[in-house]
Amino acid sequence: MADERDPLHVAGEVLATRKAGAYRLLTIAAPGIPQRFRAGNFVAVSVQGGRLARRSLWIHRVKEAGAFGPTLDVVVHPTGPGTTWLAGLPVGAAIEVTGPLGRPFALPREPVACVLVGEGHGAAPMFPLAERLRERGCAVSLVVSAPDESRLLSALEARRSARSVTVITGDGSVGVRGDVAGEIHGVLERTDADVVYAAGSHATLRAVAAAAEQRGAWSQVGLETPLPCGTGLCHGCPVPVISEDGVSRLVRACVDGPVVRGDRVDWEALA
Amino acid sequence: MSASTDAGRGFGPVMVASGCGGTGRELAAFADLAGLDFVTRSITLDPRRGGPSPRIAETPSGLVNAVGLDNPGLEHFLATELPLLVRAGARVFVSVAGATLGEYADLARRLSRAPGVGGLEVNLGAPDQVGQGLFEVREPFHAASVVAAVRREFPADLPVLAKLRPDLTRVVEGARGVLDAGATAVVIGNAVPASMPDGRPAGLTGPAIMPVALRCLAEVTAELGPVPLIGAGGITDAADARRFLDLGAMAVQIGTALLHDPTTVTRVRAALTREETR
Ligand code: FES
Repeated sequence: MADERDPLHVAGEVLATRKAGAYRLLTIAAPGIPQRFRAGNFVAVSVQGGRLARRSLWIHRVKEAGAFGPTLDVVVHPTGPGTTWLAGLPVGAAIEVTGPLGRPFALPREPVACVLVGEGHGAAPMFPLAERLRERGCAVSLVVSAPDESRLLSALEARRSARSVTVITGDGSVGVRGDVAGEIHGVLERTDADVVYAAGSHATLRAVAAAAEQRGAWSQVGLETPLPCGTGLCHGCPVPVISEDGVSRLVRACVDGPVVRGDRVDWEALA
Repeated sequence: MSASTDAGRGFGPVMVASGCGGTGRELAAFADLAGLDFVTRSITLDPRRGGPSPRIAETPSGLVNAVGLDNPGLEHFLATELPLLVRAGARVFVSVAGATLGEYADLARRLSRAPGVGGLEVNLGAPDQVGQGLFEVREPFHAASVVAAVRREFPADLPVLAKLRPDLTRVVEGARGVLDAGATAVVIGNAVPASMPDGRPAGLTGPAIMPVALRCLAEVTAELGPVPLIGAGGITDAADARRFLDLGAMAVQIGTALLHDPTTVTRVRAALTREETR
């Protein structure tokens, strides 16, 4: 039953590691995974030392060439023991990686106006997505936000991948002082967006989905829900969605998501 | 593959434990399901939404889970999940859970008519039977009556496994009871009753509980002699599996390790086969 869309579980290797503000950027050799990547996919990494839950990371970038073949970049925010272990891995470290996992962002058929919103490390999948969309002739506007500058992902790079970039920080250290919920209406107005893509906290995604719906735009949100296994095996990542018939049911964030239609999420029940 | 022609063969030696193989479709990317003994997550008559988030928390060498029997109900399972597993060539053991003896009987009757079902596993150790509205099986004779009810409705040539809670004070009596009631084999080693960090009832699994499962298995074989047992609890590699087999288990189930490394079943199966042919 295996086919070339299926995820792989491979022995990977850390090829490079660099600090980016509060984050660590890891470049990983994970044979076969980069070739299957689509924007919005993630990888699940096994943490060593008796920690069983996996750590799921957005794939930030796929680099085509190199001595090791195509590689992938992930962004690690060290907040707990697992991510701290990951962030501390030296070059050459062995690392077990499963991916690419999850439903990616769906691309529009027509060259429409798109707004991409990335909050914190949720900005990671927005860069490859921006590239795909630009290849299709879409007008791409990026919104990157974070509580402060240290958690703002590559604002500089953002300017290269989009027509317009809005930078928002909670403390006003760079760009506009505020949050996505407060700015999104204005951005959608200015860009006359048809499609909105977002990744970040549930609260931010909810605000983006609501603003999109108000304007009649289509929204796709990448949920950052804890994923104990990341591979669809444990049923530990329920997301309430409302189907066409109005019935609320649970889907798994890791296989039915992480990208879902914003207007389908039962935000009240997701909490 | 027809289930009945296959009923004669033994188990495993490596089986996928209930609740850790997804619907089967997800595991298929990492394990060849053909010929694999796959125990489904527990299926109830009616759909169950399961518990709220977070459902799983990490503890040293373990996971605690309060997934709460999230399942689509029997109808939906038969229509959408079973066919895929059967097509892939897995021997499907449907794990069943019910609120009454009548529900267990009903589940067994309807599953006995479902093409491709290779056997049943009766879940007699959900971490929170009462809170989940399941038939209370704390008393070994209650567990035995569940197995008897299921056995009566299910074809005699197909296996019925009874999965007990690894409760040292009750496991010998429990095993004796379910075997007398007609269980084909007893699965020893299930989630140990535990708590989520916020106090909700949960079950602890993973390497942390392996010594508990091994002790239960050892007690049962010491008291009952060579009876058909399947070991489970924290197995991550062939050496772990070997421990259970050496204590008299005829097969092992692998669960939590799959969440950490979805290729575990493939790996352990290959390693055990290599050992056998050496
Ligand atoms: S994280 Fe385990 S099923 Fe989604």
